[in-house]
Parts: sequence; structure tokens; C-alpha cells
Amino acid sequence: MIYMDNAATTLQKPSCVAEAVMRAMSSFGNAGRGINDASLDAARVIYDTRERLCRLFHGENPKQFAFTSNATESLNIAIKGLISPGNHVISTVLEHNSVLRPLYEKEQFGVSLTILGCDEAGNISYEEMERSIRSNTKAIVCTHGSNLTGNLIDIERIGGIAKRHGLLFVVDASQTAGLIPIDVQKMHIDVLCFTGHKGLYGPQGTGGIYVCPGLNIKPLKSGGSGVETYNKSHPAQMPTALEAGTLNSHGIAGLNAALIYIEETGMEYISAVAQNRMRQFYEGVRGIPGVKVYGDFTAKERAPIVSLNIGNVDSSEVSDELLTEYGIATRSGGHCAPLMHGALGNVEQGAVRFSFSHFNTEEEVETAVCAVRELAV
Amino acid sequence: MRKKELKLVVAFHTTADAMAMEKACKEKSVPGRLIPVPRSVSAGCGLAWCAALEERGQIVELMQNAGIEEEALHECMI
Repeated sequence: MIYMDNAATTLQKPSCVAEAVMRAMSSFGNAGRGINDASLDAARVIYDTRERLCRLFHGENPKQFAFTSNATESLNIAIKGLISPGNHVISTVLEHNSVLRPLYEKEQFGVSLTILGCDEAGNISYEEMERSIRSNTKAIVCTHGSNLTGNLIDIERIGGIAKRHGLLFVVDASQTAGLIPIDVQKMHIDVLCFTGHKGLYGPQGTGGIYVCPGLNIKPLKSGGSGVETYNKSHPAQMPTALEAGTLNSHGIAGLNAALIYIEETGMEYISAVAQNRMRQFYEGVRGIPGVKVYGDFTAKERAPIVSLNIGNVDSSEVSDELLTEYGIATRSGGHCAPLMHGALGNVEQGAVRFSFSHFNTEEEVETAVCAVRELAV
Repeated sequence: MRKKELKLVVAFHTTADAMAMEKACKEKSVPGRLIPVPRSVSAGCGLAWCAALEERGQIVELMQNAGIEEEALHECMI
């Protein structure tokens, strides 16, 4: 199989990731619950992983990084823990349901929303964003990169807007963590939500949330913490505040190995190869008669995603043909980004998404281009 | 039970602080080890750093330099 669904999850991981999980599963105790070597080894790897995430995202302190099961959990923690009735929140049509659904839930309890639209290429207007700010605006919540088009949002620019107006800035980095540089301090990001199993090459079930120092988020969960047994309240200090219950230390060990791999290989290199594969594919398919490619490819940087349709053919039919006739795995239909499909006018048809990692080869991309050309005839 | 001695015990708010402490001490070759929080320090649970009393100055300096926040420093029989 030629795997081109890396925006859903990276299938091919560095071999060290699975090895680390296997080692952890046969040697780790419960982190923070004892001082035996098994427990401490788990705690040490977890702390080391916090340090690596802190370096990757340029945080102030490893303690500001809490582990979650995925970006969805992180976004739920951020949105439900920070936004109160009466608040106004600004977001965009580029968002995934992991942003939109928690926001819609809050809307039912007295939160007002402004969802910014986009132009034909799928880009938002930053001027419109700034004009949308009201006296009760509490936060801007947005993605760093569309999971449908691959377009990036200029989060440094939005961070500046949020800072000028005293707003919280919550970023969904599901499609960009590990692929596009993120500097939480320089970009004035208050909360960064990320998953471990996509561009970071970690196992599914790993993810995290960065919270800027001084910002207290009301946690979604409370429970065991390894500290303050007799306190009726869950401890307020990060990262414990957002980590009730036993952590997924086995998965985090895999994420740790993946982060070491990224450091050693170089994020710039990994990103450049993935970008090259995406560009090669885009250049190969964009001129094919009947093929409509979505998104803005004039930008220098974008998530390594190319979504397209062939004429009016159902995207699921194309995706199925790609798999059964050519062995190419893509994603079709709706991509959990309902408003983006609406903006692109393909709610009914969906879209066929090809998403690349640096493990994809030029030959694989060429095969995919040929397949699209044949299917478009 | 082994004979007890008066030791320096550093308690923390979070396990992450305790792990940061162990790492910093190891890097600077400051002797000590993680222990379960003694009852005389806290009736809760968690990890504490235990060291000889004479290490106090070095440990306080190390924690300041590394930005490690303690809940409290105690001297108790361990």
C-alpha cells in the first residue's frame, strides 16, 4: 500500500518508536506513584518528554506542558476550561470539529461566536478578524493549518492581534506540530493543543497541551494525581492540574523516541521532504483536465496536504478506486471540517485528500499522479 | 528498620518538579535520592528529594538556578 493519509495519522513511524513502546510496556511502573525503579523510569521518560516538547515549541518551562490523549482532548480542556457564559470567541471556517463542536456546546450556554469566513483559496482576512473583536471577546481559537486544504494561518500575526487586545490565543496545531516551526512565546500563544500521532510520529493516544505561565485552566477531569491525597480539590499546579489519572507512559515513551528522532533528523529536513512530496504531487495533478485542487499553493509554507476532486465524481468513489486499483490510501468525503467544505462548495462531493510525510518517496508520488491522470480520463 | 539520621527533605507540588530535581542533581553531581514523602513532612503522597544536611546550600542554589519550585524544605529523621 502507498500510504497518503498522513494528515489522519502517520502510519510509517521511525522504528525506534515501537521499540520504545515495547520496552516501556515491559519495564514501566506508574509514574509518580512510587520510588521503585519501574515507577521512576516512567516518570523520568515522561519528564524528559516534557523537556523535549518545551524545546520544540520554545516554551518557558517543561512543567507548562501537560499530556493528554490527543488534540481533541486538549482543545476541549482549553475551550471548556477558559470560556464562560457571556464571553465572545472568534474562530474560523477552517476549523476541525474538535474546535467547532466544543465552541457550539459553549454557544448553548451563552457564549457568542464569530466564525470568520475565507476567500476562494481558503485564506482568512486578518483585518476582519481584528474588526470582529468586541468588548466581551475573550479568546481567538484557531487552527494553525487546515486539515482539508493544508493552508496555514499566520499564527504569529494573530498572536500579535490577541496580545494588543488582551485576548487569549488558543491554537490547534494538529496538522503542523513537528512539521512547521511553532514558538509559543514569540507567537504569543496562550494555549497550544497538539497531537502526538501525526507530524510528531508518536503513537496514537498521545497528545498534549501547553499553557502559558500564570494562566489557570479549569480542568475537565479531576482525580488521582500522585500528590496531595487528602486535598478535596485536584492540585492546581501545572502539569498535574491537567493530568488527573494515570498517564499513558507507554505511549509517551514512544513519543519521546519520536521526538529524539525528529531532533536528530532535523525538523527542517523532515518538513522540507514532506513539502517537496506535496509540491511534486500538486505540480503533477494541477493541470489535469477535470481535476480541481483546493487551497492556496502560492504560500511558501503549508501543511503537506493536497485535496482534490475529479469532475463531479463522488470523492469516496475516487478514493476507493485509488485504493483498489492502485493501492493508494487516501481519505475521502467530509474531513470533520464542515465549514471548510461549505466554503469550498464541496459539502456533497467531499474531497479526496492526499497527505504526505517524509517517508513518502518520489516514486510513490509519481504513481499517485499517474493514478489521478488515469482516473480523470 | 534501619537507624534514622537527620536529613534534608525537599517536598514538591508536582511529580514533574521532583523529576526536574533528580535530573538537575544528577547533572551537577549533587548527592541525594528521591524518597516517598515522609509522614512527618506531609500526610499526602508523592516524591521528595532526600539529601545530607550539609548539601543544603548547594541544593538551594541549584534549585534557584534551575528554576525548580519546592513546596518546602524540611529537616527530619529519615
